[in-house]
Amino acid sequence: MTDLPPVNEKYTGTIGEVVLGKGDYIVGGAKGMPFLSFEHRTNRRPIVAGEVYDTLVDYPELAANMFDGRQKDPVEWAYMWKTLGVDMICVRLASLDPAKGGTTPEAAAELVKKISDKTGLPIIVSGCGILDIDIPAFTAISAAVTDSRLILSKVDEDEYKKLATVAIANNHVIIGFANLDVNLSKQMNILLTDFGVKKENILTDPLMAPLGMGLDYSYSVNERIRISGLMGDKMLQQPLICDCTDSWNVSDAINEEDPSLGDARLRATWWEAMTAMSAIVSGADMVIMRGPGAADMVLGYCDELRDVI
Amino acid sequence: MPTAIEFFKLLPKTNCKDCGQPTCLAFAMLLSNQKAKIEDCPHVKQEAKETLAEASAPPVKTVDVGGIKMGGETVLYRHERRFNNPIAYALTVSDSLDSVAIAERVAYIKSLAFDRVGMIFKADMASIRNDSGDAENFARAVKDVCSAWDGPIVIESTDAACIEAAVKATDRKPLIYGADKDRLEAYVNIAKENKCPLALICDGPEGAVELVEAAEKMGFQDIILDLSAQNLKETLEEQTIVRRAAIKKKFKPFAYPMMNKVGSGEYAVATAVMSTLKYGSLVIFDDLKNYEALPLFTLRQNIYTDPQVPIQVKQDLYPIGNPDEHSPIMFTTNFSLTYFTVRADIEKSKIPVWLQIVNTEGLSVLTAYSAGKFEPERIADAFAESGVLSKSDGPVIIPGLVTRISGKLQELIGRKVVVGTNESRDIPKHLRELTSQ
Repeated sequence: MTDLPPVNEKYTGTIGEVVLGKGDYIVGGAKGMPFLSFEHRTNRRPIVAGEVYDTLVDYPELAANMFDGRQKDPVEWAYMWKTLGVDMICVRLASLDPAKGGTTPEAAAELVKKISDKTGLPIIVSGCGILDIDIPAFTAISAAVTDSRLILSKVDEDEYKKLATVAIANNHVIIGFANLDVNLSKQMNILLTDFGVKKENILTDPLMAPLGMGLDYSYSVNERIRISGLMGDKMLQQPLICDCTDSWNVSDAINEEDPSLGDARLRATWWEAMTAMSAIVSGADMVIMRGPGAADMVLGYCDELRDVI
Repeated sequence: MPTAIEFFKLLPKTNCKDCGQPTCLAFAMLLSNQKAKIEDCPHVKQEAKETLAEASAPPVKTVDVGGIKMGGETVLYRHERRFNNPIAYALTVSDSLDSVAIAERVAYIKSLAFDRVGMIFKADMASIRNDSGDAENFARAVKDVCSAWDGPIVIESTDAACIEAAVKATDRKPLIYGADKDRLEAYVNIAKENKCPLALICDGPEGAVELVEAAEKMGFQDIILDLSAQNLKETLEEQTIVRRAAIKKKFKPFAYPMMNKVGSGEYAVATAVMSTLKYGSLVIFDDLKNYEALPLFTLRQNIYTDPQVPIQVKQDLYPIGNPDEHSPIMFTTNFSLTYFTVRADIEKSKIPVWLQIVNTEGLSVLTAYSAGKFEPERIADAFAESGVLSKSDGPVIIPGLVTRISGKLQELIGRKVVVGTNESRDIPKHLRELTSQ
């Protein structure tokens, strides 16, 4: 019988590590393509974050129904995620937007602090998308939460200095948004490090397009970024964070009108789970999830796919 | 696939232009991109031709399974070129079912078909399983399935006599599942004689080498490999090892498509997802629900698209939410991402809209505009073709990014044009404001 040829790749680069929360969570550190233990054994699996909103305005009802009413209180909601076993909480402060409640920076900071204290988990904070409103809120939050390293989400090439300043001041982590572009991913890391953000405080969000909405692009962009990083490109070695929650906006996923498509809750759950599986297999070091069922699947599969079950 | 330089070395290097290219190097580059054939050069030596044919043979064989091509892959990552032959999905039909139940089962398999903007996603194969252990009954079940099912089939049995009876019961060339070490000789003989493809049930990659070499020694090559992976991790690792060896090391025993039998339920679907992402060519399910099938089929479509060609939507008028004769008319390009994004945002507004898609050859709004493929004339033609302007007297909304052509468009269609939003995500707000006026 012919012997098997060796197929291990010899990579020269290592993906950077970012320390989160109270120092109890580390993301990154890959030395090979995901989960291939014959090539590189690692005890670390991707980190899974559960998403909560501070207002249910525009939050899909199909997803809201999965949380037994606890979605009405973001602190309780976050705690429910913890009991489900996730590693992190992603807090979306949509109500900072005056059209959705106009929460003050102080109130936002108090909420994030409460969630951090109640769950003890690392927190990703995202704003309402209006920069002039988000910056004061991020400033208040990052000063209020001093015993846990937050992830501040997120900056693009046009406007990164203000949020980067907030992150630097309190040693929090920042996400650079790469909008499905390998070159932009590199550019963001250069801009942020030139500005003074330490590499160990930067995550890359390559934009995880959900299944049927451009997942093909994201899958390949993730692979290209990861392969380049492993081949030694130092500006493409930041851990990748993939937000899979957009799956719940895909009409085929959430269609409740057409009975031939089957149960919408189960379908949307699979939609997000498959998006997340594509993310972790193509290089994601961290995923953000909306549905508890999908998050549970991904947690289980990640545990199995790393070396130790 | 050899590189351009490797091809170049074997060419006459006379730059005679007889192949239609300005230089031998230019021709070599086309060859390495599979955009030219070596026969196009009339001067290349026979010896060189053979060397090249050998070197450029695809590292994974293409195996025909009842009309579905499996394998034939040349790369490990889809961004390098593209994956060629999409994975197929099969559902089991037990031969312990009577003829009526089989007809129902086939009808169920057929019901797993979805139309996604002009593309039909469906289950590909029926896999008839010999649960009865009876040859005559197995042959009857194959006939029952074939009378209701036009697509390719798999026949599953551990008994050579049953396989033989089933093969004789149909003029299709079913995939035979399958031969382990003990059944290899008998099954290869049946497959060879009846020109059917055969699955080899192997004990991991090492076991596959042994079985493949034995089958090849018998002169048989229509092989699909089942590595018998027991879980997600084995599926990922073993299929990666096999495909890497085939593509990077030209390891001949692994030059075959791979398949999985996964059962049913959540873990089965997850395993199918892994196989779809990582080099599988066929998954056989005991069962698959519609809410699992649509996302899985969509994933397959995403993974197997050509990364260099944007996915396009058909130029057409798409009514969203029962629009009437006063509903707003919107339009955008036929780049599928643009279409799906705009569509999702319109749906979010809960306001019925006529959405006209304009063929821009798969380019997004700004790119299409810059390339001269989103001109007012082209848009007006699409309007005329669908007759949308006679279907509604509602406002015509132009994408905010191409506001500059609104004057010309207004002139061409003879209707007032309202400027829309730059970003798709602002559509719901804009539509609500517009319709409340």
